[in-house]
Amino acid sequence: MTPVVAGMSTAAHVLVIVLAAAVIAFIVHLVRSRRLRAKYSVLWFSIGLGLAVLAIFPDLLVEVSDLFGISYPPATFMLLALSFLLILVLHFSWELSRLEDRTRTLAEEHALLRQEVEERLHPPSGGASA
Amino acid sequence: MTPHTAPRTLVIIPAYNEEASLPAVLKELAEQTPEYDVLVVSDGSTDRTAEISREAGAHVAVLPFNLGIGGALRTGFSFAVRHGYERAAQFDADGQHDPVALDSLLAGIDAGADMVIGSRFTAGGAVTYEVSGIRRRAMRLLEWLVRALVKQQFTDTSSGFRAFSRPMIEHFAVNYPVEYMDSVEALVQACNAGFRVEEVPANMRGRTGGAPSTRRFKLVYYYVRLLVVLVVSTTSRGQRARRVASRSHDS
Repeated sequence: MTPVVAGMSTAAHVLVIVLAAAVIAFIVHLVRSRRLRAKYSVLWFSIGLGLAVLAIFPDLLVEVSDLFGISYPPATFMLLALSFLLILVLHFSWELSRLEDRTRTLAEEHALLRQEVEERLHPPSGGASA
Repeated sequence: MTPHTAPRTLVIIPAYNEEASLPAVLKELAEQTPEYDVLVVSDGSTDRTAEISREAGAHVAVLPFNLGIGGALRTGFSFAVRHGYERAAQFDADGQHDPVALDSLLAGIDAGADMVIGSRFTAGGAVTYEVSGIRRRAMRLLEWLVRALVKQQFTDTSSGFRAFSRPMIEHFAVNYPVEYMDSVEALVQACNAGFRVEEVPANMRGRTGGAPSTRRFKLVYYYVRLLVVLVVSTTSRGQRARRVASRSHDS
């Protein structure tokens, strides 16, 4: 008889722990190779840690579920995951808007600088409206 | 940075692939209103828009990719600010605006208005512009919404034939709305920011070249989006100040 933790077999338990460890290892790799900005690394590290804690102590999820009166513990996990993803996507939309705004400003600035350079290199030949 | 001796008025022409109609437009402007400087903002054009405009003697700003009319206009306003223009006008590249009417728009600016809109529909403007049924109803709804938001009656909120005062130019160089259907949002924004906006009749002609810029289903999407933007923008007071702060570059 294998010991069962929160409805999981030992094999499933080990699998979850390995997966969580892999996620953390990947985040570490991304941060070390400077492909993930520090501000995002903190965010993802906390997520990785949370996953690891849950993977090692799945009973925690059951206790939290009991606390909120959720009879099916995986639903608690899904709820947390969904809320987190929603907030994250919203944040990315905001970040994208900001980036687009900056790109626009750069494009405008580029156009004006180019106009000035071109008119200095090739002064207008005296068109009526220039 | 003012390389020109006495620059007063800048005509801003946003142009996206308008090589077919631009030569005639620029020629007419040079003949009818030679005292005004012309800036063509080539908005990511892939044709000879920039070359043609340069040959016609206009100033040309080339955007590296398409930003939409709002982005092109904002570029024009920045140009006007940096080169010390006191008045500016927005003018279509497709030949539907009459240079002669520019003077009546600019006269409104001299009389104290910050933005003067050339309307296709006010009493006095000859009915030379036809719109289809659904489109007219959509414009009516927009008119009604704008009136409800700014407490002022406008007959042609989406007209792209406009003149601007120096304070308006400075405001728009930073704040001009860059979403599609910018003209309506710009109108509401100007009113809300306390600028004086007026409307004068102006004749419009049919397009002389090029194709209308947007497909119908896309137009509907943008229209709905505009309604949302308008309602939201008037309820968030802090938005403008924040945008100014986040975009505070040298001028």
